[in-house]
This record gives sequence, C-alpha cells and structure tokens, in this order.
Amino acid sequence: MSDETRPKAVDNWQPRIVAFFCNWCTYTAADLAGVSRYTYKPNARVIRIMCSGRLDPQFVVKAFREGADAVLIGGCHPGDCHYQEGNYKALRRFILLKKLLAQFGIEDERLRLEWISASEGDKVQKVMNEMVEQVRKLGPLHLEPIPSPSHAPDNQPAAIGAEGGLP
Amino acid sequence: MSKPKVGFYWCASCGGCEESVVDLAEDILGVVGAVDFVFFPVAMDFKRSDVEAMSDGEMAVCMINGAIRTSEQLEMAELLRKKSQMIIAYGACSYMGGIPGLANLYTRESLLKAVYGDEITTSNPGYTLPQRHTNVPEGELELPQLHDSVKTLDQVVDVDFYIPGCAPPVKLLKNALGAILEGKLPPKGSVLAPDIAVCDECPRNESKPDKLLVKKFKRPHEDHIDREECILAQGFLCLGPTTRQGCDAACPQGNMPCTGCQGPMGRVRDYGAKALSSIASILDSNDEAEIEKLMETIADPAGTFYRYSLPSSSLFRRVNFDEEKK
Repeated sequence: MSDETRPKAVDNWQPRIVAFFCNWCTYTAADLAGVSRYTYKPNARVIRIMCSGRLDPQFVVKAFREGADAVLIGGCHPGDCHYQEGNYKALRRFILLKKLLAQFGIEDERLRLEWISASEGDKVQKVMNEMVEQVRKLGPLHLEPIPSPSHAPDNQPAAIGAEGGLP
Repeated sequence: MSKPKVGFYWCASCGGCEESVVDLAEDILGVVGAVDFVFFPVAMDFKRSDVEAMSDGEMAVCMINGAIRTSEQLEMAELLRKKSQMIIAYGACSYMGGIPGLANLYTRESLLKAVYGDEITTSNPGYTLPQRHTNVPEGELELPQLHDSVKTLDQVVDVDFYIPGCAPPVKLLKNALGAILEGKLPPKGSVLAPDIAVCDECPRNESKPDKLLVKKFKRPHEDHIDREECILAQGFLCLGPTTRQGCDAACPQGNMPCTGCQGPMGRVRDYGAKALSSIASILDSNDEAEIEKLMETIADPAGTFYRYSLPSSSLFRRVNFDEEKK
C-alpha cells in the first residue's frame, strides 16, 4: 500500500497483525478464548498452520509486503510439539529472522513468537492485547512499493519445470 | 539471410559478466560467426547514438548486466528495450540486484557521506561532492543522477529471460545462445538454468549426512575446510541447498562455501528468507539462550542471505527508516 492510500491520521489507523497459529496448541487456544468469551482486540487475522515449524520465513516477509504491520507466531510449548521438534525449528528461524529484519529497520516488536498451549485461552487474550498496543505505538510499517515497469503487468520470474526448460 | 543482431550492455556491475563472454574462449568465434554484435561498449567502439539510430526492435537480443541505480542506466535500459526484440537480464546484479543491491540497506545520503567523507581512505576535508552540472570553458558537463534505491532490471523494463550467476557460468551462456539461435527457448520469464539445487551437482553431496545438524556456524577464515566432506556439515555457511545449479558447484569445488549467486529455484519467491530458513533449522540446539548466542556467529544475516538478491526481496526496503535505530 502506498503512502498516499495509508490513513494519515494516527487516530484512524489500526494496526494490522497477521497471526500464524499452530493447529494443535495455539489455534485451539484461540478457539478456547472464543468459547470462554474472552474479548481481545480484533486487529489480528489468524492463519492456521499445522505446526509453527511449517512457518516459512517467506510467509513473514510476504505478510509484511502485503500490508501487515506485525506478525505473531503461536506454537506449542517447548517439548510439547505434536511433531516432536517443529517448534524448535520455528524458534531457530525466528531468532535469526529477527536479526535480519532489524537490518531492514523493522523493529523487534513487529515479529513475536509465543508458546501458547491449547488450554491457555487467557494467554491468547493477553498476548493479542499487548501486541496491538505495542504496534500501535510503533505506527504503521511503511515498506517502499516494489518498483515495476509500467508496461509489464507481470514480471515475476517464472519457474521452469524439467520439461520445456533448458538443460 | 543476415545474421541476428546482438547487443551487450552493462549497468551497475563490475565487468565480471563481460569476462564470462571472454571465457567462451575459442567458442566466441562460433558466436561471432552466427551473430552480429551491434552494441558492446566494453569490447567494441559503439556509442549511444548508434543505438538511437537503430529502428525499434532491430536487435534480436540484448543482454544487460548490472543493477539499475543511476538515471543513465535507466535511460539506457529503456532505450535498449525499445530497440530489442528480446531482453535478457544477464548475471546476478541484473537478475536480482546483486552486490550493489546491498546499498538498499542504507540511505543515498549516508552512502555519499561514507564514500566522499567518512571513509578511512578518503581525504576530502571540504566534503566536495560530485555535482550533476558543472560549467567548464567548453560548456556544461552533466553527470547522471544517483537513485535512492538500487533496482533489478525487471523492476525498470520488461525482461524476457534471466541468466543467473556472478558471473554467469560459461555453460549457461552457451546453452542460452544455442537455444536462441535454434529458437528453442522456454516460456517468457524463465531463468535459463536447471531448476535444481547446487548440492545436486556438488561432488561432496555423497558426504552429506542424512540428518544435517551443526553445533555452530563458522566463516571460511575461521577454520580449515576439509576438501572432501560436505561444507555445510562442517559448519560453514554454504547456501548450496537453496541455490539454483548450473555452475557445476564451482565454489565448493574450489573449497569455498556457496554464497548463492545463482539465486533461487523456481518455486521460491524470496531467496533470502528461504536461505535463512534452511540454515537456521539445522542449528543443533533447542535452548533459547544458546540459540541466541549461536546465531550471533552469523554476523550479517541480510548480507549473507540477500548477498545477491536484496532488491528482489519481498521486503525491498522501508520508507525513510531511521538508520540510527538499526
């Protein structure tokens, strides 16, 4: 989204958060928060993934590119992963990715990893509310639009398969 | 039948791409026999006016190497696009932004300040900067404008094909020329290299353990690299698993880790994020504090994972971010 189309007044601006929740723990916890009628800020779009280890860092940069102001990752507590060690992989990627994002000038608070088990509906509420306030203080994440030539509608390098491609 | 006309131009690049043409060695005779070079400023005396004099689409192919970061490079790219039926982004800089693309981690102002002021090898007490317009007795001289951001070629003009590499392997250039001459090109937008990882053609692949885990990451100057064993398994940051092949694993064969110049494979959308993902996941630790400490050994993640591809990343760059905060 370009600078012009972003809401100018800070009062009107709402943080947009993309939340990737693991199927077995955090997503279930978010469900529990719902049935328990815990209210929390409605700023997050939740995407269910089978495991926090499935979270490719490409998803995070894509979320930022498509207009997210922050990304939240929710997984099972260490030792509780349904697939043994997916959450450890998520943790390693998360730590390195934060270092990389800092070099782009993207603040620490815009990427958060939380271990939330299926029974911790209250933690979903707490983390969501906390994060929305933190990101609200930071303001919108302005990424520069990716330049593109005006006459080329689709210039994404395409994949070539085994056949039809060059040797 | 007249020979197809070919152009070869450079933008923000080091000249290594031209070297790869020279590396064709005796095969260059076959190329010169099959095509007419009508524009090749590095090797032959052609001027911009020669290109301007051509009719639109007169060149069959123009290969452009180097990233786009000045007004002159932008004008030339647009001019060559108009005069050519096919544009090939040649080499990592043109394809993904390359090494010059790392400048996007800084503002234009801080770059100029470093180069013309703060740099330890620079002596410029008055902080004299190159001016766009200078008056001399012979008239006014004009320098191109330095853009705020370094861009890939396909961010400024429509690109038909990509040849990856820093510099592109001779094999890929030969294959591409052959395919063009025989009219056997893949669909527009293709990267003219095999869509499979460097590891696949690396002679050390056999020694890669089934479950690859490393205790810490090392840089090439920090330890001896064994000549036989998988470089990544030895703990050196080798980007072979996420990088497209076509180079015959030249760096691992020369006992150096792959740095990813051939760019991503077809299904990857963001090279740096994918490379980071693959490297981070093999760290052999489950303890948060220890992981934090071990990741510190990767001194410059953006420069490591986006070494050749920063301008083509989904992040591109932040608007006016405060460099002090980094």
